[in-house]
Amino acid sequence: MMDEIILTVAVLGGINAVLSVILVIAERFFANYGECTITINQDKTLKVTGGSSLLSALNSQKIFLPSACGGRGTCAYCKCKITEGAGTVLPTESALLSQQELQDRVRLACQVKVKSDLSIQISEALFQIKEFEAEVVLLKDLTYDIKLLRLHLLRPEEIHFTPGQYIQLQNKPYPKVREIVSRAYSIASPNDETKNIDLMIRLVPEGICTTWVHHHLQEGERVIFTGPMGNFYLREGTGEIIMVAGGSGMAPMVSLLSELARIKSQRKITYFFGAVSKKDLFYVEEMNRFEKEIPHFTFVPALSQPDPDDVWDGERGLITTPLDAYLKKMDTPKAQGYLCGSPGMLNACIKTMNNNGITSDRIFYDPFA
Amino acid sequence: MENVSPWVIFFAAIFTGNILLTYFLGMCSFLSVSKQIKTAVGLGVAVTFVLSMTSALNYLVYYRILVPLQLEYLRYIVFIVVIAATVQLLEMFIERYSEGLYINLGIFLPLITVNCAILGVSLFMVIRKYTFIQSVLFGTGSGLGWLLAILAMAGIRERLNEEKIPQPLRGPGITLIITGIMAMAFIGFSGIVQIQ
Repeated sequence: MMDEIILTVAVLGGINAVLSVILVIAERFFANYGECTITINQDKTLKVTGGSSLLSALNSQKIFLPSACGGRGTCAYCKCKITEGAGTVLPTESALLSQQELQDRVRLACQVKVKSDLSIQISEALFQIKEFEAEVVLLKDLTYDIKLLRLHLLRPEEIHFTPGQYIQLQNKPYPKVREIVSRAYSIASPNDETKNIDLMIRLVPEGICTTWVHHHLQEGERVIFTGPMGNFYLREGTGEIIMVAGGSGMAPMVSLLSELARIKSQRKITYFFGAVSKKDLFYVEEMNRFEKEIPHFTFVPALSQPDPDDVWDGERGLITTPLDAYLKKMDTPKAQGYLCGSPGMLNACIKTMNNNGITSDRIFYDPFA
Repeated sequence: MENVSPWVIFFAAIFTGNILLTYFLGMCSFLSVSKQIKTAVGLGVAVTFVLSMTSALNYLVYYRILVPLQLEYLRYIVFIVVIAATVQLLEMFIERYSEGLYINLGIFLPLITVNCAILGVSLFMVIRKYTFIQSVLFGTGSGLGWLLAILAMAGIRERLNEEKIPQPLRGPGITLIITGIMAMAFIGFSGIVQIQ
């Protein structure tokens, strides 16, 4: 009996051991891509260990491509042109790349694995993106579901950005969520403030990063973020500036308005802000202050569903209602639209603006989420 | 089975004793991966490779290790482990050399591990007392037979995409009916060669 057990265990163990050794050798052989060289813009070269995605390989070399989804292949922010060594387009990428982009050999950096030497092209501005360590110095409620998060930069100590740009904040694991992701949030503070940045973060149900900020993050804690990123900033021009935002979309607008106040802009500026009821409205005092500081600035808040006991004599309805009425009355050929909000709001506002003669090349926004 | 030519077994495994259409083994990946010819061929080749490898390896393990030690009853667990290792090896290979195929096959690549056609072939080989050469050709033949069946099905389904199929039969329904008809058609081969 005993002999039989020992024999059985030995035979099974032996077979397993032999197979394991074969697999270990195969792993060494197949999963080892050796050292690969990435050439950026035919100028810089990086040496990385092959096998990981291009996005994380670049991250490890302190080059940060924007990526709001954290490498899951859904946000398509990490697009970059790969001129050599990328292999064929994967099924996970093809849905997110246009015909033109396929022709230009644009790929998603998070999906392309570094398997051989690569030659890629990325915008020079991306080299300005750095990783920052910062301390939470203020975390307060702006409304019942939006918090103001102020970060004091520790390393590097200063950030230089264009008003309207965003950063990507990295969460820390907390009970129930072990995953680490990075999510995009616009900077609300003015850009002459280089040592601290303000973010406005709305609690998204089931949102990994927003739940962390709202329920787990404490003042005094240290966090990691990368930035600045994004192409949402003030464009030159003489026509009216029409800003439209909802909820935490307030953030980049505050930064833009600080800039407009600082340069004493003489342009006409109208800012439509959409909220559900009075309890969703915030920063009204700051907006009134801007109305005094900026010569031709008007703040137009609108409530879509005021609570029965809200005292409200302002605009009512979805934000597109006052926007449409306003645009119908004005001369729009030179006007520029600046938008920040949910995808649904963005699409509705773009449509309203297009219908009233503001063409899409004069409408600016960053499509997060 | 000493007296049967290995090639008879090889062709019989492809046509008359088709592992899928006669024994209905390996059905789940057959139904799910037969939508596109390209992916179907990829999976078919992978299954053929695993079948050839495992029939040879399992033959050696069975007759050189288990039989001399009188441990034949360990064959299920041993066969499964050998199959799992082979599939793991294949997965590494495909991931390195054909990432597109790797993503298209998705979960069905690792699931070859528990594809009943694979274990079925190893067990048939033992039950029918095949020699080494017979076993290897039986394995390869069964793989090619499976490839033939899934390729034919993928070809039919690609055409069906443009046809109007009654709502309740769409997807697996019509696929199973076609599988049945294909199985009947394969009976036509039974005059050529016969094993068991």
